[in-house]
Amino acid sequence: MTIAIQDTTVRSPTNLALHGRIAKYGLLGLALLAYPLMASDFWIVQIGAQTLFMGTIALSLMWLGGYGGMVSLAQLTFAGVAAYMVAVFGVSNRPDISLGWEWWAAIPVALLIATAFATITGMLAARTEGIYTIMITLAIAVAFSLFCRQNYAIFNGFAGFAGLKPPSLFGLNLRAPLPFYYLSLAFAAAAYAGVVYVTRSTFGLALQAVRDNPRRMRAIGFNVYAHRVAAYAMSGLLAAVGGLLLAWFNGRISPGSIAAGPCINVLVMAVLGGMVHPVGPYVGALVFILLQNFAIDLIDPERFNLVIGVAFLIIVLASPDGLVGLWQRMTRRRSEGPSSQR
Amino acid sequence: MVRSIWGVRSVRGAFLAATMLAGLSIAAPAQAADSIKVGGLATLEGAFTVLGQDGLRGLELALKEANYTAGGKKIELVKGSSDATPDSAIRAARKLVEQDKVDILVGPLSGDEGVAMRDFAKTHPNVTFINGSSAAQDTTLRNPAPNFYRFNTDGVQWAAGLGDYSAKTKGYKRVVTVAEDYGFPYSQVMGFMLEFCKAGGKVADKFWVPIGNKDFSSIIAKIPDNINAIYVALGGADATNFLTQYEQSGGDKPMIAGSITVDQTVLGAKGKRRSYLIGTPSAGPIADTWDDAKWKQFVADYKKAFPDGLPSPSLFAHAYYLAGKAMVAGLNEVKGDLGDGEKKFQAALAKLTMDTPTGKVSLDKNRQAVADIFLTEVVEGPNNTLMNKVVKVIPQVNQTMGMDEAEFLKLGPASRDNPECR
Repeated sequence: MTIAIQDTTVRSPTNLALHGRIAKYGLLGLALLAYPLMASDFWIVQIGAQTLFMGTIALSLMWLGGYGGMVSLAQLTFAGVAAYMVAVFGVSNRPDISLGWEWWAAIPVALLIATAFATITGMLAARTEGIYTIMITLAIAVAFSLFCRQNYAIFNGFAGFAGLKPPSLFGLNLRAPLPFYYLSLAFAAAAYAGVVYVTRSTFGLALQAVRDNPRRMRAIGFNVYAHRVAAYAMSGLLAAVGGLLLAWFNGRISPGSIAAGPCINVLVMAVLGGMVHPVGPYVGALVFILLQNFAIDLIDPERFNLVIGVAFLIIVLASPDGLVGLWQRMTRRRSEGPSSQR
Repeated sequence: MVRSIWGVRSVRGAFLAATMLAGLSIAAPAQAADSIKVGGLATLEGAFTVLGQDGLRGLELALKEANYTAGGKKIELVKGSSDATPDSAIRAARKLVEQDKVDILVGPLSGDEGVAMRDFAKTHPNVTFINGSSAAQDTTLRNPAPNFYRFNTDGVQWAAGLGDYSAKTKGYKRVVTVAEDYGFPYSQVMGFMLEFCKAGGKVADKFWVPIGNKDFSSIIAKIPDNINAIYVALGGADATNFLTQYEQSGGDKPMIAGSITVDQTVLGAKGKRRSYLIGTPSAGPIADTWDDAKWKQFVADYKKAFPDGLPSPSLFAHAYYLAGKAMVAGLNEVKGDLGDGEKKFQAALAKLTMDTPTGKVSLDKNRQAVADIFLTEVVEGPNNTLMNKVVKVIPQVNQTMGMDEAEFLKLGPASRDNPECR
């Protein structure tokens, strides 16, 4: 399966467009910063923060799929590895397993191991293309979740770990609604900026060229395989950051959180938002989480998954490149008329 | 080239979206002072959907009987759904408590969800949590939450009388156990072994299988010959699969069953399995065919209220029913006064003694139910059907199974390798 991706790299911005862009990012940033002022705790954490860190995990997939042309179902697994590792090296409710390291040691090690795991997955998956990539990453995701469920020495089996907390800095409880929201926002902003920056770097441009025509890239001397594996490594780091926040948000990690269903949810978020722009995964995550929380109020509680499914179908049918694609088409039509320049 | 999504006109769009989002977030539902909001949380998705639906039927039956009023106030029920994972239960609970602003939350259904809910309850001391049907021991035994109440008995209590009966009456001396690999079956096996080992029985080996296991052949091959019986704590399709494969491999050791193992799907067996099942003892918080006027009334009420429900209320419906009844009784006692962080209501709940379809229920100091347990055995009923006949009612079983609390706590939490008696 090749994903029809439109070119999403920078155009050389004129001064006017640059200013416009700065104004828009500034406005969005302000809105996100001010959001907690007008929202309740539920909206700050369960909707706001969760959108931001699940969006970051979905962004890791958008990066891999949108810019690298590789759709992976193992992104939540990378996040899960980070979450499990922070429980194993840090502090949890199982002191007999957890090593109890300080956060400044445990967190980097967790991120490192998750990135290494993603790299190894990439080394396997990058040898395949299209649907085979999806299958091999799905297999890795399911195998890891089952392994965690049956391994008691390190992963504590079915129950997993509870009692996971973010470090408290300067006496600030980072799991309290406001700090946790801003923590998630900071990580999401860093991840977003990182993806935008890397896509404009030589590596990012080469990766997009590999996506569009690997054979030609190989012919002119690029190491296609290495570029793909490196893309996996970066996606692993992004997902791992989201995974840390996921573990702190739930206060726990268990095999159920990284089973096949939740792994596929990440793909749904990315597709829903659209794999054409790094903001897509966040939009998708927002819509997904709103539906997940409120669909049950719209209809008989025993049928609410139907609403979620139908909403996804409508969005994907109406716009194959997700909500962002829909937005792009609308704004283009309005500002440029029917003869849009491409 | 495609335009950036921040097209020129989209400044206004972004601003609009931000305002809409803000407007949405403030629109938290307002609440009338003369009504009480109750959250009903059960597994309405995933493998336990049928059980979750039946659980909520129990809660609705209790509310219906009270005509949806308690303490002079109207009760409004808001439902939430989980998929039996702790994460999903907390997600749903957070929505019910923080967004829908329920005053009382009833749920969850499954063991590990209950432990997570207890921890969540600690972060919302001004909301009262009444357990649905989750039965992991640790929810109330270790580090209990002061605002978490459980009016159903736990998985260890449910096994009361079973170990003794198996060792003394049935004469089984050596058994192996086959159970699912998570919190609730650990509790069940522990409850069985406490009595069985004390009565001189030996558990030669314990086999733990993942939920939803399909292939039991590797376990069946390992079951030794020199045993008298197999203790099986599997639920739903797992139990059927195990029994089918055990029978096909020529196994003939009699079964001792956990609380949710011998249900209607297993009892509906035909052929050789039928005669195999006769004589299987088990124990639990309810017995379908108990010959007691109040229980029969409960079954009749359930059938009348839910013609499309199960043929007989499951133990999940029963547990949620108890929770609903307790809530209504507590609210009546304080005349619907939930002021002062619900302190009065919580005190009333803690002191509550209820007369239920399954006998007297009261709470201990950890807000855990003390109630009767039913020891049953499969017999041939009228019309060639199989049924669980009540052998004995074990009165007022407490959480420490009648043992001294300190001594009981010293046994440690139930796990894969605790307890042992080989």
